[in-house]
Order: sequence, then C-alpha cells, then structure tokens
Amino acid sequence: MDVLERYEPLVDDFRAFRAACERPLPSVVRVNEIKATPERAMDALDDEGVAYEPVEWHPGLLRLDSTSPGRTWGAYHGWLHGQEEVSTLPALVCDPQPDERVWAACAAPGGKATQLAALADDEGTIVANDRSLGRLSALRFNAERLGVTSMAVTNRDARNYSLKPFEFDEFDCALVDAPCSCEGTIRKNPDALDEWSLEYIDSIAATQESILRRAVQATRSGGSVVYSTCTFAPEENEAVLDSVLSAEDCRLVEFSCALETRPGVTEWQGEAFDRSVRKAKRIYPHLNDTGGFFCAKVEVGG
Amino acid sequence: MSDRTNDGSQLDRLPATADERVVEGRATRQELLDFWDERYAIAPEIFEHYSFWEKGGGKLWAFRGEAASPLEAEALGMTFLRTRQEHWKPTTNAVQRFGRHAGKNVVELADAEARRFVAGEDQPIDWDGDWGYLIAAHDLAGDVEPLGVGLFIDGELRSQVPKGRRRELIGGE
Ligand SMILES: C[S@@+](CC[C@H](N)C(=O)[O-])C[C@H]1O[C@@H](n2cnc3c(N)ncnc32)[C@H](O)[C@@H]1O
Repeated sequence: MDVLERYEPLVDDFRAFRAACERPLPSVVRVNEIKATPERAMDALDDEGVAYEPVEWHPGLLRLDSTSPGRTWGAYHGWLHGQEEVSTLPALVCDPQPDERVWAACAAPGGKATQLAALADDEGTIVANDRSLGRLSALRFNAERLGVTSMAVTNRDARNYSLKPFEFDEFDCALVDAPCSCEGTIRKNPDALDEWSLEYIDSIAATQESILRRAVQATRSGGSVVYSTCTFAPEENEAVLDSVLSAEDCRLVEFSCALETRPGVTEWQGEAFDRSVRKAKRIYPHLNDTGGFFCAKVEVGG
Repeated sequence: MSDRTNDGSQLDRLPATADERVVEGRATRQELLDFWDERYAIAPEIFEHYSFWEKGGGKLWAFRGEAASPLEAEALGMTFLRTRQEHWKPTTNAVQRFGRHAGKNVVELADAEARRFVAGEDQPIDWDGDWGYLIAAHDLAGDVEPLGVGLFIDGELRSQVPKGRRRELIGGE
C-alpha cells in the first residue's frame, strides 16, 4: 500500500511532494546560544575546515557539509546540536521569555525543550516531561551537554499531568510536540511508513487530544499552547484541534513563520473542521526542502 | 518529615548553612560557594540565582528555576559536583558551563593535548600549580573555552571526561 497517496487531494504539487519525500535530508545543526554565539560557532567550524551554509530564515541554524558533525569541536563543547530545520519552528512559536514557566509535555529526546531553555536565556523554568524513561535519559544527556540549567525533568503521563511538585500551579506556555505516525520523517527514516495503519492513527489521535487538552488546562488564561506533529494525517492534526476547541476554553491564533507553509485543512474524507484550523500551518517537504511538519498556536481563555 | 536521610528518588534543596542542616553530612550552600571560590576563584555571585540540590548521597545539582523541596523528579538543572570523596569533584558539564568564570587552577592545553584530553587519554603536562582536580581548557575561536575536569597527579593530567562525552575529533593526526 502506498500511504502517501491519500494526501494527493491536499497537496497542490503532488509530484514535487513525492519527489522530495524520496530525497535524503540535509544535515542541520542549531547553535546553542547558552554556550556560544552563532558567530563564534561559525568561527570554530571555519578553523576546523568544516564547510557550512547558514539557513537564511534562522541565524542560529547551519547546514553542514560534514558527514560527521558529531566529531567537531562545536559538538564536543555543546555549541551545536543536530536538529532538523523544520523542527525548530514550535519553540520559536512558543517564544518563551526569561522567568516564564514552560511545559514541554512530550519532550524526549529534547531538541525542542533545550531550544526552549535557550530562547529563555536559560533563565526560565522549563519542565520537560516524557513518558518514556529510556528517551528521557537521552534528553538528560543532551540537556547537560548543552549546559541547560533551567530544566526540571519528569517522567509521567502527560494526559493527567499534575503540577503538584512545583511551586506554581499553572504554566505560561506549553509545547505539545505529540507522539504521532511520523509520516513527515520519511526523508530521515525511509522505513517510517512500514508500520503505518489506520488503527494506529485513530488510537494515537485519542492520546494527542488528551495531552493537548491537559496542556490547555495547565496553562494560564492568556498563555499559549503550541501543538506540533511531524505527520500529514488530518486525523492527528486538524481533527485533534477541532475536538480540543470544542472541549476546552481556547482558540487558535495566527503566528508568523518565515518558511513557506499551507493553511490547515477544513475538510477531510467527508468530515468538516472548525474554520479556524486554517490558522494552523502545514509544511510539506517540497516547500522548503525540509521534513514534513504541522504546527498550531492555541491561546488559552476568552 | 520523618525522612532524615538521602532518598534516591527525590531531590532535596541544600540547607543554606550548617545551622539549618537536617541530613547529617549534607553539604551546605555556603560550603559549595566557598568550594568554587577557593578552588577555582569563581565568585559566589555567579551562582546568585541558583539553588543547589542533592539526590542520592553525594551527588549535587545546580538549578536555575522554580521548584519546591523536596521534589520527585528525574533531574533538576545539571549535575554539578560529587561530594562523596574527600576531594570534591566538579562534573564535566558544570565546568563547561561555569568554568569560563574561573580565575585559577585552569590549565590551558595546546591543540594536540586538548584532542587527547577529549579522547579520554592521560598525558604528562607542564604544570607547576596545585595537584588535584583542574579545569582543562583550550583556545577556540578566539577565546579560552573549558573542556572538562582533569586530575593532575605525578606530572600527569588524567582526563575525567565521561565515556559518553569522549570524542575522536576530526582533523587530529
Ligand atoms: C515527537 S516525540 C517528541 C520529540 C521531542 N519534542 C524533541 O524535540 O526531541 C513524542 C514523545 O512523546 C512521548 N509520549 C508518548 N505518549 C506520551 C504520554 N502519554 N505522556 C507523555 N509523553 C508521551 C514519547 O515517549 C515521545 O518521546
């Protein structure tokens, strides 16, 4: 079965979409500004003779030529962290400030949570949670290597998360980078679709909805919740937003994004969604030569 | 609380001074600040916004953020210092994060030495200062950058970089 065929009605240049899904992804690193400025990180790469190209829309992202970015001085010092270009988007949309309390509900292995910490100058409180203890050990390793000191790490189910252990009872913002069918990672993992099934999509959609609802409840009125996945399936994207919009006190809001995107879809296989899901953004691999992605910004309360 | 020992699953904030200590032998915030100041000349103000925590005996964490003590969590900030042995030992990550504020016991390595250090090797070095745990550093992109902790003993610098952080860097011979 060819899974991606089902998205032909959604994608305008379907052939370009298919072709992009076949190509491997460029190797991208994010400069970790807790430890180095982009200028200094680039100087170090220059000294080592490693070629790179800055990513136009984000000064802290570099496309590397090297096949072993992990063997550079920048990697050793935690100045550089391998992170797919498009996956840097949700933390930028959260835009956490110093002193804010931020919840990364599904945080492991930590690319986005450590980016949240860096965006808040390592002066906020980042609560990084994941249900998988094994993946959390990768997160802890990454956070320490990157010099993050503002992160608390918890191992719980995000669907019924309690803030009891902390000194505060709500977050200023939350990021739900949800577990998903990962269709958009096909360029990185060519076997990403091998296990694909509609049953999995239905069951993971229920989990996504519960986690997103909990994130809305745990965020203060006026705060924001960012929802992201690396999949194209509307069942896991717009349909999840649609359910949460009707169940919780929140609304979708516009956000800016330097990448080329398409609006969320309001219809899928005979089902119609709240019109505001158009404020969410779909990113197809051919639009910016990245992985596939979905991102929405929810504002909590009135 | 009846709990007066170190519990492996929870983090406890360090007492400010010895007068507030309830767990016997636990380091205090003041001792910690004195340690960094006396050993590496890192001014206490650098840690002004940090709280210090213990999880399991002798493993200390530094956290910049809000949390109530005791805390059930996997981690809080960064592992920072080991105090179980007579000589307290900073972690590689703590030294990489705070070592640039150090005014003493920093040994600057030449490029080839730095590469050996990062690969986890022991090597003879030229150092007339104190023995014990030193901050190893090198020159990178126009400034001195701390690499990690080395144990200097008998003319030799023993790399303390943990296995998972060791690297064979490109460009070495
Ligand atoms: C897409 S990955 C997160 C990637 C991560 N945000 C990053 O940037 O490195 C989704 C994560 O959700 C976790 N997860 C799945 N179900 C969960 C639940 N009910 N509660 C908390 N975490 C969950 C998985 O263990 C997985 O690590």
